[in-house]
Amino acid sequence: MNSSSAAPFLLTLVFSVAVLTAMGGALIAVLSHRIIRSVCGLALCCLGLAGLYYFLRSPFLALMEILIYIGAVCVTIVFAVMLAEPDEPVPRAHRVGSLVWASVLAVAGVLLFWGLTRLTAQAPVTVPASRASDGSVAAIGLALLTTYGMAFEMISLVLLVAILGALAVARPGRHKP
Amino acid sequence: MNLPEPYRLLIFLAGTLAFVGFHAAYLVWVERKGAGRFQRRPGPTEAGYAGLLQPIADALKLLSKQVIVPPTSDAVLFRAAPMMVMAPALMCLAVIPFGETLVARKVNFGLVMVFAFGSINVMAIMLSGWASRNKYAIISAARIVSQNVAYEIPMLLVAITLLMMMGTMDLQEIVRKQAGWFWNWNLFQLAANPLMPVTFLIFYICMLAETNRAPFDMAEAESELVAGAFTEYAGMGFGVFFMAEYANVVVGCSLATILFLGGWQSPIGWLPGPWWFLAKMYFLIFCVVWVRWTFPRTQFYGLLNLSWKILIPVSLFTLVLTSVMLKLF
Repeated sequence: MNSSSAAPFLLTLVFSVAVLTAMGGALIAVLSHRIIRSVCGLALCCLGLAGLYYFLRSPFLALMEILIYIGAVCVTIVFAVMLAEPDEPVPRAHRVGSLVWASVLAVAGVLLFWGLTRLTAQAPVTVPASRASDGSVAAIGLALLTTYGMAFEMISLVLLVAILGALAVARPGRHKP
Repeated sequence: MNLPEPYRLLIFLAGTLAFVGFHAAYLVWVERKGAGRFQRRPGPTEAGYAGLLQPIADALKLLSKQVIVPPTSDAVLFRAAPMMVMAPALMCLAVIPFGETLVARKVNFGLVMVFAFGSINVMAIMLSGWASRNKYAIISAARIVSQNVAYEIPMLLVAITLLMMMGTMDLQEIVRKQAGWFWNWNLFQLAANPLMPVTFLIFYICMLAETNRAPFDMAEAESELVAGAFTEYAGMGFGVFFMAEYANVVVGCSLATILFLGGWQSPIGWLPGPWWFLAKMYFLIFCVVWVRWTFPRTQFYGLLNLSWKILIPVSLFTLVLTSVMLKLF
């Protein structure tokens, strides 16, 4: 039983499953006509991202991704959507203006992604000698309140944005009798 | 015994599946026997000795029934919901230490992991309610979300209180710190926090609410909502939801055992650890059944008032008290 020869294959497998889950979820979230399915796609995408974080040896981040994005954001969105619009609206035909804007944004997005990938590929990759911290509660607490204080505060904004987004999406569906 | 890691994980996976299946089947028997005894009737008696074969008969019946997907429902989500409700509970069991070495995967963040995967449960039940396209199911789904969001907060506050006392998120380490006689259990750590039993009570109540057990079973309030979010499910689809409910009860009681009752630590230094773990867990599960058949179902606003007006302020107070005690002593 030589397990070392199987290790790279397993790593590639785990990585591909995580990436495919994230990308598939993102595609479902964008392409689906039913808004609840879009939210499910978002949840799937977050699960894939959590897998990637775990793959990159950041289990805490992976678990936080699940706890906050699936457990809080997705649940909030589904809840708001469900309260506002129990029945499916008929999908509207795309207007010409929105198609033009979408194609412009798509081209810009592809260019941006290409540029970023190029920059990342050209920069020398520095592998950290060891893990950044021992993963203890004290280390995480210190890091959250010093180095990553800004990001920590931003997480609360994400929840606010999720609630606002849910309102913005759901509000037109509710009209007075 | 030193097996390579993948094989050890596979064995644990099979073990976890068997554990969940066995408990889902036989907790139903315990539930029905308990219900019978609390209401002065014998409960199931016919199939096997004391009705012990009843769960197997039930399982065969559920398996032989047709799984019906209603034509107006969202078929993909309707089929996916039972899987989504079952899988997180299994994930949680992977990090629960049943004994000193009996744990599927040692994760530094075991506590966060249980809460993270526990939070998916709400989403799954809500989707099952929504995908059914049934008025009762949708009302039930809306109730479940507000209930679970309300009770998640005091539960996490209690978890933070314990985290501050223990200083680690590793469940195995938390159990090790409660070694010795039973007054070393977190439940009796009155020096760290004089309100520790109250904290345990809050945790237990939240666990009942999170797993949708009576008196908080708003999800499946038979007399009001037929079967709530599970109204449209037939056969094993319905069975899986019940398996998941009992799996969640097992996870919740295991977590309570680990956090408050010393996990696999023996209080008198006799018998190996896993037996003590199971004994403590079964006692808590018995209390779940006891509570279910003793208290009537609360009304919905009563349930939300209990969380927002009593449990959250009290758990915040114990959190502050613990930090003050930790700072002073």
